[in-house]
Amino acid sequence: MALDSKQVLDTREFKVVGTRVLRPDGVDKVTGKARFGADITAPGMLVGLVLRSPHAHAKIKSIDTSAAEAMDGVHAVVTAADFPNIELDDFTADVRDNCLAGAKALYDGHAVAAVAASSNHIAKKALKAIKVDYEVLDHVTDVDEAIKPGAPVLHEGGGNESVPEGSSPNIMARYEFGHGDIEAGLKKADRVLERSYKTEATHQGYIEPHACLATMGPDGQADLWCCTQGHYMVRNTCAAILGLDQGQLRVTASEIGGGFGGKTTVFLEPVAMMLAKKSSRPVKMVMTRSEVLRATGPTASSSVDIRIGMTKDGRITAAAAELRYQGGAYAGSPVEFGAMSAFAPYDLENVQTIGWDVVTNRPKQAAYRAPGAPMAAFAVESAIDELAKGLGLDPLEVRLKNAAREGTVASYGPTYPAIGLEATLRTAKDHPHWTAPLGENQGRGVACGFWFNFGGDTCVSLNITPDGTVTVSEGNPDIGGSRASMSMMAAEELGIPYEKVRTIVADTGSLGQNEVTDGSRVTFAVGLATIEAARAAKREMCKRAAMVWGIEPEAVEWKDGAAHPAGPNAGTHPPMSLAEIAEIASNTGGPIAGHHEANPEGAGVSFATHMVDTEVDPETGAVKILRYTVFQDAGKAVHPDYVEGQFQGGAVQGIGWALNEEYIYGEDGVLQNAGFLDYRIPVASDLPMIDTVILEIPNPGHPYGVRGVGETSIVPPLAAIANSVSAASGVRMTDLPMSPPKVLKAIQDQ
Amino acid sequence: MRYLAPATLEDATQMLGSDLGECRILAGGTDLLVRMRSGFAEPDSILDIKRIDGMRDITREDGGWRIGAAVSCAEMGEHAGLSADWPGVVEAAGLIGSTQIQGRCTVAGNLCNASPAADSVPALVAARAMARIAGPDGTRDVAVEHVPTGPGQTSLGKGEFVASIFLPARPENAGDAYLRFIPRTEMDIAVVGCGVSLTLDGDGTCTDAHVALGAVGPTVIIVEAGAKALVGTQVDDAALDALAAACSAAATPIADKRGTVEFRTHVSGVLAKRAAKIAASRAGA
Amino acid sequence: MSKIHVTTKINGDPTEFLCEPDETLLDVLRDRLGMTGSKEGCGTGDCGACSVTVNGRLVCSCLVLGAEADGVEVATIEGMADGDQLHPLQRKFIEHAALQCGICTPGILVAAKSLLETNPNPTEEETRYWLAGNLCRCTGYDKIIRAVMEAGKEMREAS
Repeated sequence: MALDSKQVLDTREFKVVGTRVLRPDGVDKVTGKARFGADITAPGMLVGLVLRSPHAHAKIKSIDTSAAEAMDGVHAVVTAADFPNIELDDFTADVRDNCLAGAKALYDGHAVAAVAASSNHIAKKALKAIKVDYEVLDHVTDVDEAIKPGAPVLHEGGGNESVPEGSSPNIMARYEFGHGDIEAGLKKADRVLERSYKTEATHQGYIEPHACLATMGPDGQADLWCCTQGHYMVRNTCAAILGLDQGQLRVTASEIGGGFGGKTTVFLEPVAMMLAKKSSRPVKMVMTRSEVLRATGPTASSSVDIRIGMTKDGRITAAAAELRYQGGAYAGSPVEFGAMSAFAPYDLENVQTIGWDVVTNRPKQAAYRAPGAPMAAFAVESAIDELAKGLGLDPLEVRLKNAAREGTVASYGPTYPAIGLEATLRTAKDHPHWTAPLGENQGRGVACGFWFNFGGDTCVSLNITPDGTVTVSEGNPDIGGSRASMSMMAAEELGIPYEKVRTIVADTGSLGQNEVTDGSRVTFAVGLATIEAARAAKREMCKRAAMVWGIEPEAVEWKDGAAHPAGPNAGTHPPMSLAEIAEIASNTGGPIAGHHEANPEGAGVSFATHMVDTEVDPETGAVKILRYTVFQDAGKAVHPDYVEGQFQGGAVQGIGWALNEEYIYGEDGVLQNAGFLDYRIPVASDLPMIDTVILEIPNPGHPYGVRGVGETSIVPPLAAIANSVSAASGVRMTDLPMSPPKVLKAIQDQ
Repeated sequence: MRYLAPATLEDATQMLGSDLGECRILAGGTDLLVRMRSGFAEPDSILDIKRIDGMRDITREDGGWRIGAAVSCAEMGEHAGLSADWPGVVEAAGLIGSTQIQGRCTVAGNLCNASPAADSVPALVAARAMARIAGPDGTRDVAVEHVPTGPGQTSLGKGEFVASIFLPARPENAGDAYLRFIPRTEMDIAVVGCGVSLTLDGDGTCTDAHVALGAVGPTVIIVEAGAKALVGTQVDDAALDALAAACSAAATPIADKRGTVEFRTHVSGVLAKRAAKIAASRAGA
Repeated sequence: MSKIHVTTKINGDPTEFLCEPDETLLDVLRDRLGMTGSKEGCGTGDCGACSVTVNGRLVCSCLVLGAEADGVEVATIEGMADGDQLHPLQRKFIEHAALQCGICTPGILVAAKSLLETNPNPTEEETRYWLAGNLCRCTGYDKIIRAVMEAGKEMREAS
């Protein structure tokens, strides 16, 4: 059962951390009061809409906006020519070009112009009045086609210095990781498997479309309200593109209706600001679902070649992967992470991964939960499964035999500290799911997954109010309950009840720089900063108590929410509670606060093992998920409900990726399924309960042992399901998604 | 744009006879509003038929059932008599969209939207349902399969609309069923749909059958050969295999984002077989 | 385009508004009446985030015209709690961590309330199929289904 499966391996006693308190934003979110990106208005606000390219690849010869500008009710029209002429780094220049196309439209849906008008009707008419003269060019959307000689070229000049001479100009970068000697290793194998795998692009699929409201005054001060995973990133990017001082632009993050990595960049915000500047009115922009699918997100599609050698007792002698990811029309597919993570779960003597970053005429990819890792794991974990089965070995035993442990040199370089992979495998093996009986046309699959987890720039400010309650200000939008986690860690550290702490997500004017909510970093990094901020406040409170008692601050210790005299010379003063110290703060030196700013290392890598049962209809190729169990190391589960929620949500996104989600392009390079009708994310009736087992192998890099938990759970499902389908139907699916027509064809071709 | 909500059939036909420009009929709106939003439909006027007397009623008629054009599919599912007589039609209607869509969508709208993949249409065709069409010259009744003439096209004339659907009296020992294939378990458009209605005699021999396929041609395909494969048999495995072969042979699908030609052709037979089994068991086999 | 005058009842409150003939009920609720609890996730009836009831019947408000609301009773998420007393479903959603980002939550709560009114003791399968038109991308639905079934249990025990 998902709700009572926690296995505590840590012995430290927590009072608040590890409990299942109620989230502070719960009431607002169940009553409809919570305000998301599209829920704000401003007096005199205009509606901003975007004109998008209907072509997959086209030179923009000219844009005539005069007719639109002349319409009553139209207050501003902008194109890329309206961006100030500022030299930007390559990354930001690409973001700008993606917000409004410059010389070329690079994909179906690429923004080419935008209008601000007094109503949605007028804005729509104005879009139709804009005349764009396109010269349509040949296009390419498949990663393998894009690197063939003669393929349409997106960017003259090709890739960076890592790309060998003579490579396709659509290759933007090459990455290589590993150690040992692959060929020598393969010679020692009893069996070598060489196989190729492909995955289709999938979208993050957040239910809330992108939305923002911009105002920009003639004094150069600007305000933005938007749904984002990182309002500091929004500030910095918009300021760079628009030539503003970062300090003059205040960005407030709304409640965010899902992101999964897809809201770690900007699409509308710089455009809305330009429209606001040009019209001198607030401008609100909200994407339609079709725009979200055509022009934001998705992750990369991939093509991966695997070579793995295995001895007959299941030891991997060598493992190699060559990965090609297309990340849409700009450099930056997550192939580097794919190449780094592919073999991260294993202790290998000979390992090599090579990654190629490829561009195609598709939307610029955005991060998607463990970006780059699921595709690599699909290939590697499928290959290991096939080898194990071919050798008559237990797939969990094979993984245990090769599992990375403390001290293992990872394929991507570092040596692991304490990690949890082995624990997830052993727990899986002992779980009743592993030995439960299966029926006809049913099969069971397992796979492992890994994610790095990140730290990143973080600021937290913790304030003690005069009545002895606590406010925490942090700078990371709360997607899945992190305000609850921060309040819990602050309460734990201060020794006060959870209910006495309220955490808010502060705007960019209130704190220093904060990295976006990504890399499963928030509970780790913001949690660490919250704990450190609480410790700073405790030191100050001990000082105040020392002052009252007339003793040295060093002779005061903090426990159970109060300052206590400690040590032989401290005297016998009665303890002073946090509230008592707060009440007299004005007389002992003024308000009390703690703050912490850091870029913490030591995020602590995370591993998971997933187990899934499927049933395959041999007459239609339909795959049904019958049972699913996630085993994952959380380091320390601060709020177990939300840890389980991350495990379950990631697993189900992986189920969608494995079975039915895909970007479908026509011959014309136009996206054919830009809606939730045919971009098929899992619905409630597709699924069983998703059982979870939380393991807690403390992360030495965090005061409470916390590891990020958000991303690893999307890494194993693709292969776990493919392995299960193979067991159920006898067919080995190497192309995702395993949609019914593909599975049926494989069964018929068997 | 104008929004009109007449209260009587007379008012409606009179309005439709006046100059409304491009006028669309609004019943449940689950297709029309989607088309309007995406810019595929930009009507000058919308005529809402929900407030017309009788449009929301299910009534007994000649031993069968008359279903008003504004009756939602959810209301059909909640109607015990209709569900008992034509479970296949009610199931098919119940497969259109989510619970939310069910609260609004209608079989008349499903028919007039003329999507090749409409769920309720193969079941209505298999049940030999009739559409009553109201228009400037009064009303006329036609077999439902004659309403859609191609994707998005109908045989309705200017000022005409479907006012009701009539399901005939169910014969003794008869049963119907509808199955569709979709990639998920809900919320998808049919990749293949199949409606089967059949009648058995006292010893379980099939005396009459009607088989219709959806989503494998521009309009519903009535598979005469499939019906023939069943008539005179006990709906045994050999008959079902013959039915499947006939349906696969009759299917003329295209390949698109929802399925390949090969897949749709094969699954036409699979679903026909499965639907026929259910229909036969409902008929008392 | 001239506007239509609509007289309706929303969450029990008599309400009047003017709307364009092609304006949806969702747009009216959000943009004209300031009731932003109903969300637009797709605008095409595929996600359920805009779920409301019209005369007690669960619908997507993005697929209803504002003009159609004349003379009917509309219920939205804003009317679900009784003052500061949360509906059992609302409480169970918080207690069971049945929301992460919360954008789908209003629609799911409205749909779940409609389920329990229609079927006070649904099976897990019935619950899953009833809610199949409400997309959630965060939770994998597990905790949502548990919360709905728990709320149903509590409501049955209380009645």
